[in-house]
Amino acid sequence: MVVETVRNALRLVDCDQNAVRLGLTRGLTLADARARIPDLVVVEAEPQADQRLIERLAAFCDRFTPLVALDPPHGLLLDITGCAHLFGGEAALRAMIAERLRAGGLNQRSAIAGTPEAAHALSRFGAGGIVPPGEDEAMIRPLPVAALEIGAETVIALSRAGLKSVGDLAERPSMALSARFGEDLAIRLRRTLGREDVRITPLRPAPACMVERHFAEPLLDMQGLEAVVTRLIAEAARLLEQRGEGGRAFEISLFRTDGAVRRLGIETGRPSRDADAILRLYRERIDTLADPLDPGFGFDAVRLAIPVCEPLNTHQPSLDGRAVEDEAVAELLDRLVTRFGRDRVLRFAARDTHDPRREARAVPVAAPASAIAWPAPEPDEPPTRPLQLFEPPQPIETLAEVPDGPPLRFRWRRVLHEIARAEGPERIAPEWWRDGPAEPARDYYRVEDAQGRRFWLFRAGLYERENEMPRWFLHGLFA
Amino acid sequence: MNPKPAPLALADLRRSLAEAALRTAPAAVGRVSFGAPALDEPLGGGIARAALHEVYAPGTADLAAATGFAVGLTIRAAQMRQVLWVRQDVLDAETGRLHPPGLAELGLDPARILLVRARDAQDVLRAGAEAARCSALGAVLIEPWGEPRLFDLTASRRLALAAEASGVTTVLLRASARQDASAARTRWLVRALPSRALEANAPGDPAFSLRLLRDRGGLGEREWRVEWDRDRQSFHERSAFQERPAFQANPAFHERAGNQGRAQDAAPLSRPLVSFPADGPAAEGARGPGFRRAG
Repeated sequence: MVVETVRNALRLVDCDQNAVRLGLTRGLTLADARARIPDLVVVEAEPQADQRLIERLAAFCDRFTPLVALDPPHGLLLDITGCAHLFGGEAALRAMIAERLRAGGLNQRSAIAGTPEAAHALSRFGAGGIVPPGEDEAMIRPLPVAALEIGAETVIALSRAGLKSVGDLAERPSMALSARFGEDLAIRLRRTLGREDVRITPLRPAPACMVERHFAEPLLDMQGLEAVVTRLIAEAARLLEQRGEGGRAFEISLFRTDGAVRRLGIETGRPSRDADAILRLYRERIDTLADPLDPGFGFDAVRLAIPVCEPLNTHQPSLDGRAVEDEAVAELLDRLVTRFGRDRVLRFAARDTHDPRREARAVPVAAPASAIAWPAPEPDEPPTRPLQLFEPPQPIETLAEVPDGPPLRFRWRRVLHEIARAEGPERIAPEWWRDGPAEPARDYYRVEDAQGRRFWLFRAGLYERENEMPRWFLHGLFA
Repeated sequence: MNPKPAPLALADLRRSLAEAALRTAPAAVGRVSFGAPALDEPLGGGIARAALHEVYAPGTADLAAATGFAVGLTIRAAQMRQVLWVRQDVLDAETGRLHPPGLAELGLDPARILLVRARDAQDVLRAGAEAARCSALGAVLIEPWGEPRLFDLTASRRLALAAEASGVTTVLLRASARQDASAARTRWLVRALPSRALEANAPGDPAFSLRLLRDRGGLGEREWRVEWDRDRQSFHERSAFQERPAFQANPAFHERAGNQGRAQDAAPLSRPLVSFPADGPAAEGARGPGFRRAG
């Protein structure tokens, strides 16, 4: 018995079969139910936990077909077009899923029909089962109109009009129905009756290319697993070669017998179908797992999916060896990305701004190159921008300030620096369109202390114009 | 009609000349030269290309200078190929994050840099070893933070072997007072050096005080004072005659710097630390004018 607070009262939201036999129904308040049956076993509803369970079930069902969608509440839709024969036909597949779920302690009802809506209606409002092709309409007609999932008000309105079953509706002209109840009803009706078919939107988009292996006996041994993965990769590489494509991303799904699914993703910087390189990345990925692969009671199935493919033409390496070098660097980057993650292997991209804080950013190596060039340094001038930049700038304590000049000495991280040489100011105005008008202008100075350390200091604001006592910051370090 | 050459074209020309010089420099085979004869000659044409080299800063304060020196070495070693820089995350807070325009101003094109941000010392070591094995890279810069125990003799030997096998110059950059045993070919201690002031007492080109702490080639401990010339992409030695005290240009600074500043400027010339008798003619000849002038 599951209860939840609905309209200020604890009400039953779900009952098991025993409760139904005792005459309890959904929507009854808990107080009424207790009055009828004093020793009720009651559990608080946990929609999030239910959602998690359903998502795990969806992952489990992924082994039967890559197209799995959620069908709330507490339902799953599987598009088994072209998959059923792999599991011995539709009936065998349905029985297998039912068996596996029952073994997991779950009750289920299922239907296989021509359209997702028809299957939904049959499993929830009918007897379930398998609809032979073309007989959807006959099976759906006797179902109540609620099976169309059109909202409680519409159902009541329809039943007041004497339209109790889907069959009653199906005979009416759809123009009249949509004029009275909206286009939605007509659409639902057409889809449920199998007159119109719409694909489901799967939880995980279907990969462009995939290969998989199902085992008769659960696979326990990790070396065996690697052998299987090796063969899958070789097979995928052949498929890709036939298509003239290479994969940018690969995903290995390991389906465990107890329903848990482990997915290992690999990305490459450029399209690849080099089986050895992919296998190396896979090994790298296994090495870097925070929690090692646990076969549990063994793996049922292994799938290699390639979600992203791009055209890849074999080309002759150029004579200067540059292409070979680029290839080697790209492979190294792939390995590093696999090991450390995409946000840790970076390159720099310039941005079109004069604000040193925004001038550059680090982007993942796989990101498209930006068209903005780096400003060329001025010949015969020492560096005017620091090698290292603090973000945010570090406040410093200045001593012996002079207006419109750098301080004579300053203290940073408890060390006093005597300024021996200085250049400035270079005034950098804030970008008011980003920072707002309150941001003060900054006067930058390149300074060098008596030991030869070079710093980039700035004063936030101008003396007596923007604020009384401007603050000083250290923004960067020069070589 | 005599169209003026655009300044940009001139800059391009200079750069392409510098690049051409880099490519065709008559460097000894398998060496990375500094471009400064004073360094290259004793070292036999520069430092070994396929090797691990260590650049130490005596403390965090000099890490920026050490980084600048390492960048210079990297530019000379990479020869327009890509450079992989492994950096530990903590450094971003301690010494600031890398600023690409600043790297460009030192002559290292930011587009050629691949940056790996590592969470901890172990990741730094892993990424560094992986990169050092890739012969297509121009150079690898490895920058861990602090004095992790992981960077022991075994770790450095692994890096050194990887660098030797691939031929990639690998530079380990560290701010640390402690210097562990390592398999590196050379070890440098780099300090910031007061630059030669430009007009109006502005700080000049990056200058470093180098100390070769160890060289497997057999060269003893030595010191040099060098500057980095970005336009020629080379180091050059600073002779004592080029030293210009900070306080000459600006009397105000003179007063403040006082005797301390003089003592700073009186740092010794580049010379061998041992093997010359103090009263010998060679030593006298080398030291005399420098000291007088600075003192």
